[in-house]
Amino acid sequence: MAILNQLFIGASMGAVLLLIALGLTFTFGQMGVINMAHGEFIMIGAYTAYVLQGVGLLVALPVAFLIAGALGVVLERLLIRRFYGRALDTLLLTFGVSLILQQLARDIFGAPNVGVTAPAWLTGGVGPLPYSRIFILVLALACVAAIAVYLTRMRQGRRMRAVMQNRQLAAVSGVATERVDQLTFLLGSGLAGVAGVALTLIGPVGPSLGTYYIVDAFLIVVAGGLGRLGGAVIAAFALGVLNSFVEFWTDASLAKVVVFAVIVAFLQIRPQGLFVLRTRALT
Amino acid sequence: MSRGLRSPFVALGLAVALAVTAGCVGEAPSGGAASGDTIKVGVLHSLSGTMAISEVTVRDAELLAIEEINAAGGVLGKKLEPVVEDGASDWPTFAEKAQKLISQDRVATVFGGWTSASRKAMLPVFERNRALLWYPVQYEGLESSPYIFYTGATTNQQIVPGLDYLREQGKKKVFLVGSDYVFPRTANKIIKAYAAANGMEIVGEEYTPLGHTEYSTVVNKLGQARPDAVFNTLNGDSNVAFFKALRGAGITADAMPTVSVSVAEEEVAGIGPDNIAGHLVAWNYYQTTPGAANQTFVAAFKARYGANKVTSDPMEAGYNAVKLWAAAVAKAGTTETEAVKAAAKGIALDLPEGTVTIDGENQHVFKTARIGLVQPDGQIREVWNSGQPIKPDPYLKGYSWATGLS
Amino acid sequence: MFLVVALLLLAAPALLPAFRLELLAKWLCYAIVAVGIHLAWGRGGMLTLGQGVFFGLGGYAMGMHLKLADAGPGALPDFMVWSGVETLPALWAPFRDPVFALAMVVVLPTVTALLLGTLVFRQRVRGAYFAVLSQALAAAFVILLVGQQGLTGGTNGLTNVRYFFGLDLYDPAGKRIVYYLVLGALLAVFLAAWQLSRSRLGRLLVAVRDGEDRVRFLGYDPAVVKTLVYAVSAAMAGIAGALFVPVVGILGPADLGVVPSLEMLVAVAIGGRFSLGGAIGGAVLYHYASTGLSETFPSAWTYLQGALFIAVMLWAPRGLAGLLASGLSLLRRRRASPPAAPAPEEVPA
Repeated sequence: MAILNQLFIGASMGAVLLLIALGLTFTFGQMGVINMAHGEFIMIGAYTAYVLQGVGLLVALPVAFLIAGALGVVLERLLIRRFYGRALDTLLLTFGVSLILQQLARDIFGAPNVGVTAPAWLTGGVGPLPYSRIFILVLALACVAAIAVYLTRMRQGRRMRAVMQNRQLAAVSGVATERVDQLTFLLGSGLAGVAGVALTLIGPVGPSLGTYYIVDAFLIVVAGGLGRLGGAVIAAFALGVLNSFVEFWTDASLAKVVVFAVIVAFLQIRPQGLFVLRTRALT
Repeated sequence: MSRGLRSPFVALGLAVALAVTAGCVGEAPSGGAASGDTIKVGVLHSLSGTMAISEVTVRDAELLAIEEINAAGGVLGKKLEPVVEDGASDWPTFAEKAQKLISQDRVATVFGGWTSASRKAMLPVFERNRALLWYPVQYEGLESSPYIFYTGATTNQQIVPGLDYLREQGKKKVFLVGSDYVFPRTANKIIKAYAAANGMEIVGEEYTPLGHTEYSTVVNKLGQARPDAVFNTLNGDSNVAFFKALRGAGITADAMPTVSVSVAEEEVAGIGPDNIAGHLVAWNYYQTTPGAANQTFVAAFKARYGANKVTSDPMEAGYNAVKLWAAAVAKAGTTETEAVKAAAKGIALDLPEGTVTIDGENQHVFKTARIGLVQPDGQIREVWNSGQPIKPDPYLKGYSWATGLS
Repeated sequence: MFLVVALLLLAAPALLPAFRLELLAKWLCYAIVAVGIHLAWGRGGMLTLGQGVFFGLGGYAMGMHLKLADAGPGALPDFMVWSGVETLPALWAPFRDPVFALAMVVVLPTVTALLLGTLVFRQRVRGAYFAVLSQALAAAFVILLVGQQGLTGGTNGLTNVRYFFGLDLYDPAGKRIVYYLVLGALLAVFLAAWQLSRSRLGRLLVAVRDGEDRVRFLGYDPAVVKTLVYAVSAAMAGIAGALFVPVVGILGPADLGVVPSLEMLVAVAIGGRFSLGGAIGGAVLYHYASTGLSETFPSAWTYLQGALFIAVMLWAPRGLAGLLASGLSLLRRRRASPPAAPAPEEVPA
C-alpha cells in the first residue's frame, strides 16, 4: 500500500517538476536563453494567487499566465533580445534580474512568507490521494496537451517550431522571427506563472520561492533534451518517481544527490538528453 | 611587456588602490561607544537571503526596544544609536560584520543572529574581542560562551517540557521530523535519550534539506508508522510544505498531533492557519500571553509596524535582550564589557513573557515553558505551562537520562 | 603598472588595520578563484557554475587538518563532540598528517574535475548543458555536506579555526603572515595562468573555444584540452579555498553553493573574463563593493547588485578591463582594435 502511495507521490512530484520546467523548455530549450529569472516568474505566479485568493484559484491561473507572460515579454524586449547567440551571458544578465525581482517581492510583500489557503473544493482527497495533488497532475497534463496542440496544429505554433529548428530558413520563408521570439517568451514565462499558482497548494509563498525550484527545472530540461516537449514530460515523471522511491528507502538529502548522479550517468549514454533534435549543423 | 597585458594590470591596479585607500578612509576613528552623547549598539540580522524571512522582524523588535529606551531618556543619560548590519544569511558574513561593528563602529554590544551556524561563526569574534553578543533565539544548548547572553530558550526550557507534555497526554510512539542541520539533529538526540528513559518509543526519524518543499514522502512514511505524535523541528519555509502535505493527506491534528518548536505566530500566518490549526507548539511566549507588560509590547509593536503584524517568541526574546542589556548597563554605570557582565548577574525584569531573570552562571535566562494550541485565527492559545520560570540548563546536567549527551 | 600593484599589495599590512587586512586577504582568495575561472571560462568558454565545489574541497581538506591539529592528538574536533560522534571517522584520520592534507588541497579538486570533465566533455556536453550540470553539482555537493553533520559540521561547517601551522590567527602578526601567504599564492597562480595561456595548450584552448570541431578535424582531442584546463581551474579554486580557511576562520556550505559559485563567476564577468588582470581586479572589486556597499546601504545593495550585473552584460561584456582597454586605446588615438581579448560574441553552444 505504501509502495503504491509512493508511486502516486512520484507521479505528483513529476507533475510539479514538469510544471516548473515546461516554461523553460521554451525559453531555454528552444531559444537557448538560460533564464535564471524563471524561478522569479514562478514566484510572481505564486504572489498572484496570494493577491487573488479571494477571487479563486481558477481565476488566478490565467491572470498569473498573463502577468508573468507580459513580464517575460518585457524582459525579452528590453534585455534578452540583445543577447541572442550569447547564451552564457544571458545567465548573468538574468541572475541580476532575478536578484532585483526577489528584493522587489521582499519590499512589496515583506520578507516573511504569506499564507495562501487552498480553496475549499481542493481540501480532502480520495483515500491517500489529496485533491490538490490530483489537481496539479491534471493541470500539468492539460498544459502539455495544450502546448502539443498549439505546436502541431496551430499556425503560430508551427512557426515557433520552424524558428526553433532553423532560424535562418524560417526567416527567409517569411516567418517574422522577432514576433515568434516574443511569443515564445510570453508562453515560457506565462507557464512559469501557472506553475507558481499551482505551487501555492503545496509549498511556501515567499520572496525566495523561485530559488528552490530553479536548479531542478534546468535539470529536467537538460535530461529531457533541449526543447523536446516529450522528453521533458518523460524526464520529469521518471525523475519524480525515482526521487520519491529513493527518498522512501533512504532520505530526502540522499535522494537529491542520487538524482543528480543518475542524470550525469544518463547523459553519458544519451549526451543530448532523451530526445535529440536532428540537424545537419555541426556545432 | 606587451600591449595586451598592460590594460589588465591597470584594472587590477585600480581595484587594489581603491580597496586599500577605502580601507584607510573607512578606518577613520569613529569615536568610542560611550563617547559623545550617544551609545552605539549593533543590530546584526539577515536582512537578505533565505533567513530574512525570520530575522527581519526580530530586528524590528530590537529597534522598537531601542526606541522605547531612548524615549525614556536613554541609558546613562545617553541616547542609543543602533548600527544595523545585514548578515545576508551567510555565516562568514556574520563574523565579518560582527568584527566590523566591534572594531570600526566600536559598538557597546551587539544584538543578533538566528541560526546556530551564525552564532557559531560569531562566537570566536566576540570571544577574541571580549565584546558582548545578545542572541535571541531558542537553540540546541550545549554551549555557554562567556561573551554571549542567550535570551531564547535552551533545550530544557522548550524541548524537554514539550516531551513532558506529550508524556502527560499518554503519547507513547513519537516520530521525529526535522530539517537537516544542527538544531534538529541535536534536539532529536536529546529526544531519543529522553524517550529511552521514559518508556517512549521513537518510531521514525526523518531529515530534509533546508528549504525542502516536497513532503509527500515524509507524510507517507508517517502514515505507515502511525505514531501517536510528531515532534517537528523543521525550520522556516519547509513547515509550510509539511503542514500542507499533512493536511492534504487527510491526517488531522486529532489523529496525529505535531509539536513544533520553530513555528511561531508569524510562521502560522505563512503556513495558513487552516493548515495548522489544532496542532501544538512549544515556546516561552505567545502574543496571547497574559500580563500588562505584554499588552504594552503588542500594542507598541502594532502601532510602530502595522496593526496586522503579530508578535512571536523570537521577537520578544530580541526585545528582551535590549531591555536586559540596558538594565545591566544602568546597574554597572558603564558599557564596559566585564562590568556589564558582572552587573547582569541576577537582573530580573518584568517583560512580556513574565519576569525574566538572568542566570549569572551560564548567561542564559529563566523562562517559563508554554505549550500552545494553534487557533483557526492564527493566534496561539496556551494549554499548559511550567508554572514557574525554569532554570536554564544548557548542558542538561540536572537530568539523569541526559548523561553522555554532551 | 604591475610594480605599483605589487608594491601596494606588499605594503598593505603596513597601511591597513588588522580587520581590513583580513578582508583584503579574503578578497585575494576570491581573486585566486578568479584566475581559474578566467582560464576555464574566458579562455576555454566553459561556463563553470560549480567553482564553489572545488573551493570547498580544498577548503575542507585544509580545515579538517587545522581542526584536528587544534583538537590535539586523540581528541575530536569541537563540532563532532556536539554532534555526538565518539570516534574519529576513518575519512578524517589521514588528515592529521599535514603533508597529506596539503596534497589533498590540490588533489581532491583536481581529481573531481578530471572525473567530471572526462565524463562530460568526452560526450561533447558543452555550452549551456555544461553550465547547468556544473550548477547541479554545486547544489548536490552542498546537500551532501549538510547531510553529513558528524563528518562535515553540517550547515555550520568548520568554525573557530584558531591556529594555522603554529600561527595564532587571533594575533595581528599571524594574520599578516597569512596575508603574505595568500599574496604569494595569488602571484604563483597568476604566473602559472600566464604561462599556460602562452603555451601550446593555452592556444589550443582558445581554438577549442572558438571552433571545437575545427580543432577536432586538426587531429586534437578537444575533450582532453578542456578537461585539463578545467582541472587546473579546479586546483586553483582548491588552493583558494584552503587559504580562505585560515583567513576567515570558518568554512561552511553557505559559501560553496549555487549562489556563491555564481558570485565567483559574476565577479570575473565584471572585471573582464578575457583578461587575467581583469578577472583578478574584478574579484577584488566585486567583493570590496559587496562588503563596502552592504555596509553603507544594507537594503539597497541587492538592487544595486542586480543592476550592476545587467549593466555590465549590456554595456561592457568584456568587463571593466575591456572598457579600460578601449578607453586607453582611444586616448592614444590608436585604431580601436580590441587588445588581447577576442570579440565578445560567445561561441554558439
